[in-house]
Amino acid sequence: MSQFLQFLFSGVTVGATYALAALGFALIYNASGVINFAQGEFIMLGGMFAALFYQLGLPLPLAIVLAVAAAAVAGVLVEKLAIEPAGNAEVVSLIIITIGASLTIRGLVQVFMGKGTRSLPAFTGETPLAVLGATLLPQSLWAIGVTAIVVAVLAWFFGRTVMGKAMLATAYNKLAAQLVGINTRFILLLSFVLSAALGAVGGILIAPINYTSYDVGIMLGLKGFVAATLGGLGSGMGAVVGGLLLGIAESMTAGYVSSAYKDATPFVLILLILFFRPQGLFGKKGTDRV
Amino acid sequence: MNYLKSHPGLVILAAVLLVLPFTLPNAYAYDVAIRVAINASVVIGLNLLVGYTGQISLGHAGFFGVGAYASAILTSRWGWPPVAALAAAAAGTALLAWLVARPILKLKGHYLAMATLGLGIIISIVIVNETDWTGGPDGMAAGALSAFGAEVSGDRAWYWLTAGVLLVVTWLALNLIDSPAGRALQAIHGSEVASRVVGVDTTAFKVRVFVLSAALASVMGSLYAHYVGFLTPGVAGFFHSIELVTMVVVGGMASVYGCIFGAAILTMLPQLLSTLEGWETVAFGVILMATMIFLPRGLVPTLRARFGKGAP
Repeated sequence: MSQFLQFLFSGVTVGATYALAALGFALIYNASGVINFAQGEFIMLGGMFAALFYQLGLPLPLAIVLAVAAAAVAGVLVEKLAIEPAGNAEVVSLIIITIGASLTIRGLVQVFMGKGTRSLPAFTGETPLAVLGATLLPQSLWAIGVTAIVVAVLAWFFGRTVMGKAMLATAYNKLAAQLVGINTRFILLLSFVLSAALGAVGGILIAPINYTSYDVGIMLGLKGFVAATLGGLGSGMGAVVGGLLLGIAESMTAGYVSSAYKDATPFVLILLILFFRPQGLFGKKGTDRV
Repeated sequence: MNYLKSHPGLVILAAVLLVLPFTLPNAYAYDVAIRVAINASVVIGLNLLVGYTGQISLGHAGFFGVGAYASAILTSRWGWPPVAALAAAAAGTALLAWLVARPILKLKGHYLAMATLGLGIIISIVIVNETDWTGGPDGMAAGALSAFGAEVSGDRAWYWLTAGVLLVVTWLALNLIDSPAGRALQAIHGSEVASRVVGVDTTAFKVRVFVLSAALASVMGSLYAHYVGFLTPGVAGFFHSIELVTMVVVGGMASVYGCIFGAAILTMLPQLLSTLEGWETVAFGVILMATMIFLPRGLVPTLRARFGKGAP
């Protein structure tokens, strides 16, 4: 039982990062119909910038805020320099553009920060808490808690603010949103800023537990994509549930089946789910216009 | 002479492939040419799926990797003759593709992208982890290609083999596209519902083209394994899958000759960029983005539209 609890804790911790990444995918997908393969690089940028600023001697909270801001700037640059000029390109072209953006970001980080791994200290100490025979790192509580707050703030943003409702309207019908006076280009930019910031937060939360380096973004981003698809593309609730489910499944596989195949779990899971529910767990079934 | 009129591109391709070896200055140039031919053959098959039928696959390197590793394992560990191993690998890949094709090809758009990506990654993780069979991340050696007592060795022999394969693949692809089956595939790209209405068995056609492109990727993977003589899991990896799709898109979707240009550019680019010392990833990323932004339809279709030549 304590072992199960242990796996559950580590699963939920990683799952929180996946959930944040998946929310980022969902935001951009809703605003533009684009799957942003550079999402993983925002996670990487969060962790790397935070570690860099901290090493430069800044206090941890300031380093974290600056890192999130830096990732948000990267989000603006990707949208302005790569997505906007592409206009109404085909899905495959857009996928390749975001992959190009992801390679560019990864390459720049490799050039300027090197290939070595970096670490960030835990926010509040390393002393593990004992819970029902299992140990829980304080950092895990941070990851779970901050993710919960972020999700609550997003729910408030989309449910209660004009800007959030404008984003939802754009996702629902872009042309109609333009007709009622919503600046959909700004909405697109905002979705990139938000999802870059979300990714960076996830990267920073997980950095003290796992090391971070220039190439962690690939796998984290792909798993975020899996989590977003698992819940149903564009569904916020689906993204959170998908992320947590994925983290738990992965950690259970590592614990009970084989740690070597841990990384394969998300992809097996998504194939099985898509076989039976082609639109994900919470996705709407679309209709084709002929 | 009639052939020159009906298939001018094929005749030009054959001529270029014939003349090319006399212009290649050294072994390095031969090596690049052979790799281009191998990639181009894979990409022509992938283009039948992505460009003509409109079904994306972000996992084709997985099939390439299955072919490559199956050939290497069957020949070096079990002592199979290379040609039999190549055929068995292709049959195995075709079976794998056929088994997953129906559920996967039911999916659309990003869900299809996700599923094919997942399939490719699962294959590459298996290759990395089954170290007893594949050598894991350290890689494994693959023997030489031989058939009926003759061994393919040396750059020239490999060039003629891969160039010949490329020519045959191009010819077959062009014929397929002009056949009723090819029309059906293009109809599916246009609109799946509409093509079902006019009596096209869309599922069957999608499954067939998926299996065909997977088997072709496997065959080229087998040849690649024998050519390079040493395999690492990267051949089946996500990045290789992306490279293959990029070759399709850069050359031009639904253009067989575009595939060859795309393969040539994307194969040579990393070699040219390797002089940039550390900046090659950045340069590659920027070039990918710029190509897609300024030539969204790919090289060959954009140029064709510009200069108004109608022939496919």
